[in-house]
Amino acid sequence: MAQREATAPVSLRASGAVARRQAVSRGSRYVLLAATLVGVFVLLVLAYETAIEGADRISWSFITNYPSRFADQAGLRSSILGTAWVMGATIALAFPIAIGTAIWMEEFAPRNILLTIVKLNLANLAGVPSIIYGILGLALFVRFLEMGPSILAGAFTLSLMIIPMTVIASQEAIRQVPPSIKEASLAVGATHWQTVRHHVLPGAMPGIMTGIILATSRAIGETAALIMIGAFTFIAFDNTSLTDDFTTVPIQIYNWTIRPQEAFRQNAAAAIILLMVAVVGLNLIAALIRERFRRE
Amino acid sequence: MKGECALQATVDQQAALARALRKQPFRRTSEMVIKTLLLLCAAVSLLTTALIVFVLFSEAWTFFEHVSLAEFFLDTDWQPLFEPSSFGIWELVAGTMNVVLWSLVFALPVGLGTAIYLSEYAHPRTRKVLKPLLEALAGVPTVVYAYFALTVVTQDVLQPLFGRDNIPIFNSLSASLMLAVMILPTIASISEDAMASVPRDLREAAYGLGSTRMEVALRVVVPAALSGIIAAILLATARVVGETMIVAIAAGSTPHLTLWPNESIQTMTGFMLQIGLGDVARGSVKYQSLFAVALVLFMMTLIFNIAATLIVGRYREEYE
Amino acid sequence: MTETKLPVQPPEVRVAAPGAALARAPAERREPAAGRAIIDPPEPAVFALDGLNLWYGHKHALAGVTMNYPVNRVTALIGPSGCGKSTLLRCLNRMNDLIPGVRVSGTIQYHGANIYDRQVDPVEVRRRIGMVFQKPNPFPKSIYDNVAFGARVNGFRGRMDDLVEGCLRQAALWDEVKDDLRKSGLALSGGQQQRLCIARALAVQPDVILMDEPCSALDPIATLKIEDLIRELVKDFTIVIVTHNMQQAARVSDYTAFMLLAHEGGPGELIEYGLTNELFTNPRDHRTEDYITGRFG
Repeated sequence: MAQREATAPVSLRASGAVARRQAVSRGSRYVLLAATLVGVFVLLVLAYETAIEGADRISWSFITNYPSRFADQAGLRSSILGTAWVMGATIALAFPIAIGTAIWMEEFAPRNILLTIVKLNLANLAGVPSIIYGILGLALFVRFLEMGPSILAGAFTLSLMIIPMTVIASQEAIRQVPPSIKEASLAVGATHWQTVRHHVLPGAMPGIMTGIILATSRAIGETAALIMIGAFTFIAFDNTSLTDDFTTVPIQIYNWTIRPQEAFRQNAAAAIILLMVAVVGLNLIAALIRERFRRE
Repeated sequence: MKGECALQATVDQQAALARALRKQPFRRTSEMVIKTLLLLCAAVSLLTTALIVFVLFSEAWTFFEHVSLAEFFLDTDWQPLFEPSSFGIWELVAGTMNVVLWSLVFALPVGLGTAIYLSEYAHPRTRKVLKPLLEALAGVPTVVYAYFALTVVTQDVLQPLFGRDNIPIFNSLSASLMLAVMILPTIASISEDAMASVPRDLREAAYGLGSTRMEVALRVVVPAALSGIIAAILLATARVVGETMIVAIAAGSTPHLTLWPNESIQTMTGFMLQIGLGDVARGSVKYQSLFAVALVLFMMTLIFNIAATLIVGRYREEYE
Repeated sequence: MTETKLPVQPPEVRVAAPGAALARAPAERREPAAGRAIIDPPEPAVFALDGLNLWYGHKHALAGVTMNYPVNRVTALIGPSGCGKSTLLRCLNRMNDLIPGVRVSGTIQYHGANIYDRQVDPVEVRRRIGMVFQKPNPFPKSIYDNVAFGARVNGFRGRMDDLVEGCLRQAALWDEVKDDLRKSGLALSGGQQQRLCIARALAVQPDVILMDEPCSALDPIATLKIEDLIRELVKDFTIVIVTHNMQQAARVSDYTAFMLLAHEGGPGELIEYGLTNELFTNPRDHRTEDYITGRFG
């Protein structure tokens, strides 16, 4: 063999056109990696800039003060409370309906045109801009049903907005439950609903919870829909009932962002830090649930 | 005798069994109630769509009793707040198209590059780290992006870079840049899914013919995943068209018929938010114009979303 | 274009030297009987494998394969599923590089150059060594573009129409598709798709064609056509074919290699290698005999 290498070696080193093509191909790796890192870079810059701008403003009084026309006295008290109330009501309203819809679609729906329509409808609703939900809320809940710009109207509006995405996530989760478990339950004489209640739902729960938490994190940052129903108001009292007017943290951020003074810009950054802690926290919890149950 | 008795008992048992096995529609009422409740849950989403369509059409109808369709679609001036008012939608549509154009200009190369890198180049471990980070961008509330567009992008980057004379404080460029960041995960992640579902043996065939990694990616994988990529672009476009906070805060509130990125503009959503912020009297033409614009917006996003759904459905069929 | 010339080969006869192979790969123990069952063809070789080992991560998949593949002959690799015959085939054009975590030791001399040398570019290897896969995998493009693809990426300068026609003729597909070259390659039948894939491989003008169970997804008639084609192509090309079908190996190949797992969960090994006729009529290793008489696998 050594002889052949000496006599008729075929060069398989990249040469000529192939060398050029391989060089381009190798170069492309770095160009594409750079493109990928653009997103990560932006994320880091945003986090850094906000931290620098707003960290000094975060204090106990920033959380417990009502809004004020003086930037250094303004706080998030009423908007945090408003966010808590609206989110609580939204969760209570949206999730039973979303889970019910998902169960109906996966377990009880007749496999016919009706199901197809419901599915297509959900896919399209998930793509409807939030401001359209705001318009619906304004016309339907605030004006027609005379709820006014109340917590309840806000919760109804946000519920309609997040139901589609929660349904889609819950459907996925229900589909993941192995049919063998269902069959085993039916085979020992359980009714369809008993099977769903005792076997399908518990099995799908981690997935449903993940979907719910992600939907909540989307709703907690929603601004446009709530502004449309009239939540852009000055609230200097603690919410005590569902019929109260309200404001939320993202709306407060909007309010501070559009003011020209630098001091309010700092307030906005500080509020963004708190909002992002909540959003990232929710996403982490969702990721943890998913990881934990994937292993089991 | 004994045998007859035994037979009798068996017949009785059989009758009892037959009775027990018979369908008893009202014994399982709870089951029926629950099924009905679940059906009602599913009806909520259908009702939502019906209500959106009803509200938009009925209120827009009232609007078009005051403003002719011809003025709405042929006039090029949008001036609803001051007299003499005029309602030509094109300035708002142009505003929306302006941010769609520029956000796609920025997001497409980066998003597709990301998708190609993650699907064709990255080590599985690298992908596992990078993908969640990118998807985190999709979870950021848009009001946060809006804050950045106005403060960091416009005031700290664009104005120092191009000069205050060339970049007004409200401009479509800053909004488009942040919109691009917002839709980056949509484009990257859906395109990557489409590329990942391109069968392995196509890649092997291309490698077997002596293609380099880049040639395989660009000449085989991307064309094969094209319908998925187009769907991703359509979905991203729908998101930009419907996004409100970023454009309302950073792009301004002066309607302009322009596609240049260095001007202050107003989009359809921006106008809607402007009306939503003020306390416009119900029944006024201004208030009604809100619904007319909303109807156009709804139709546009609907078309983009349906087109994306159809295309995704088609490419699933191709490989299944 | 069909006059693909083979590189000039010094007529060299390499007689099996299992002892030498053992000396080079001392870590690989082999039963003496098996060693004698491996007889390299006494003909000029395109490939000379020496002590080839392959690991997928921690899994040892190929152990100590030492063999030659002669020029302008069909060599068949047979053996039960999972014995590493496809893995071995994919070493020959470095397709295994595409799987993360693959390690290879030993050498594969291709016309005297070790294709696993650090300085070797896998793209250079693959454009010289064509491959046809188990499942027909035409690109979702037209018939014409399928054939032209490889030539285009390799910077072919010449009349593409002639090249495409020549390759399709050589793959015995021209008469069936000449009127609709713009039709999608996916619109063809399975057998036609596989011949299209062969034409596509020919267009890069390789001197070796690797075939990984090319007929396993085809019906008997399409299979026969491919087998006829293989006999036709071997006049111009060296062919290495993996097949799980012993009759096919007997029909198309000049030389046959039998592979088997060393033990349950162990690496695949070369058990016996020699003239197809001899291997099937007079196997030297009892395991080969068990396999071809259908006692296992």
